[in-house]
Amino acid sequence: MSKVLHDIKAIGKGLATTFRSMLEPPVTVQYPEEKRPVSKRYRGRHVLRRYENGLERCIGCSLCAAACPADAIFVEAAENTDDERYSPGERYAAVYQINYLRCIFCGYCEEACPTQAIVLTDQYELSFDDRRDAIYTKERLLEPVPPEGQPTPQKTPPGVFVKAIPEMPDFPEWKP
Amino acid sequence: MDTALLLEWTIKALLLIVVLLTGFAYLTLMERKVLARIQVRIGPNRAGPYGLLQPVADGIKLLFKESIIPAKADKVIFVLAPLITVIPALIINAVLPWGRTVTIFGREVSLYVADINVGLLYVMAVASIAVYGVTLAGWSSNNKYALLGGLRAAAQMISYELALGLSLLGPVLLAGSLSLVDIVEAQRRMWFIVYQPLAAIVFFITSVAELNRAPFDLPEAEQELTAGYHTEYSGMKFALFYMAEYVKMITVSALFAVLFLGGYLGPFESQYPWLGPIYLFLKILLGLYVLIWLRATLPRFRYDQLMRLGWKVLFPLALFNVVVTAVLVVLLG
Repeated sequence: MSKVLHDIKAIGKGLATTFRSMLEPPVTVQYPEEKRPVSKRYRGRHVLRRYENGLERCIGCSLCAAACPADAIFVEAAENTDDERYSPGERYAAVYQINYLRCIFCGYCEEACPTQAIVLTDQYELSFDDRRDAIYTKERLLEPVPPEGQPTPQKTPPGVFVKAIPEMPDFPEWKP
Repeated sequence: MDTALLLEWTIKALLLIVVLLTGFAYLTLMERKVLARIQVRIGPNRAGPYGLLQPVADGIKLLFKESIIPAKADKVIFVLAPLITVIPALIINAVLPWGRTVTIFGREVSLYVADINVGLLYVMAVASIAVYGVTLAGWSSNNKYALLGGLRAAAQMISYELALGLSLLGPVLLAGSLSLVDIVEAQRRMWFIVYQPLAAIVFFITSVAELNRAPFDLPEAEQELTAGYHTEYSGMKFALFYMAEYVKMITVSALFAVLFLGGYLGPFESQYPWLGPIYLFLKILLGLYVLIWLRATLPRFRYDQLMRLGWKVLFPLALFNVVVTAVLVVLLG
């Protein structure tokens, strides 16, 4: 008999618990309308950065492609000239593609990059209607030209941008 | 029999079926909403305002699904089984009174399809047919999970129907009639749940078992039996099983309200008979809420626990209740 009473009490306790939880406000985040902030160190879609004068940081060294465990990055370098300069130093990335169907967002490319040209941002909304759209080209990856800068290619005076890793003011740190 | 009466019955029956099917559709939404709130979620809210078009979306989806019949299934029975389950669930409602008599266009119309003098017996008889559908569905699918589910449904039905029938006898003894209208009218002074708390509890537990709903959902226990008796069903035939379950939920809640909560009775009902259906609706809503609440709370019984509860607890309790009620009715008149 005491066992029966104990069981009934247990059922009552369970029912009370579920009833109380019904009065709590829901924890649901209404996603497309309401977005939760992500961590500062979140690894989302990549961005190719520029210097303050608009030159691209990427020098086409392919170290990111070498570091990529998923083989998602393809880089093809070409020569810079002072008449048509994309980045400081000898070479720049003529073709830069990231395949987001392969990318695992590990951030090794960011670590491998000698010029901090490639960084991962907080953008996580990466869905595609077409598999072709999943391959981001250089135009889509490059960040916009800073206000004081000029778009690439630039015509530059000879002998200034000879070093691939120059002493140059940073375009303000990428803020998520 | 005059044509007007025939027309009246037809209209009432059609109206009842429309109400039940709409009720079924929105009960699925209500269940999802209440379960979501209990789990501190919001529930469906994308299809229409507050998710009110969700049942429509679900229905359209099921309609367009491929209807598969397994190659080795017994085709005739496989197709027939969902119907055997749905039709009893719908026709039980014919005897449930939604109110007294109201006047529409100068014509006295009673708010129930039929008031037969053996109403409760009819309910019991028809309710028992539904389990044939479940068992036959399990058998005809030619699938071991489905067969086990069907057999469990049958065993559960036999174990709980006795206690269910005996618990119904309490209100019957008090009212002195098997007609559901008479039973409701007998509660004008006091609801039967006050006189018959034991019968009410036994009735509620056994009818949850008859509904095959949590915590008695052994016939479709997904952890063990995939989906139980409707494992092989898809498309509209699956929807029919779904419909049967939810229509039966409405029926059981209505029956509980009629037998123990005074049915359509409520304040000012005697002056305004139109309040009757509203009161009954509110009482049904309460019953449905409790059914969903139980599902959200209690884990499934093990098979032996189910049998023990049915035979060793509920059946003696119901029997005891009948004896005590009978003696008291005779002694106190």
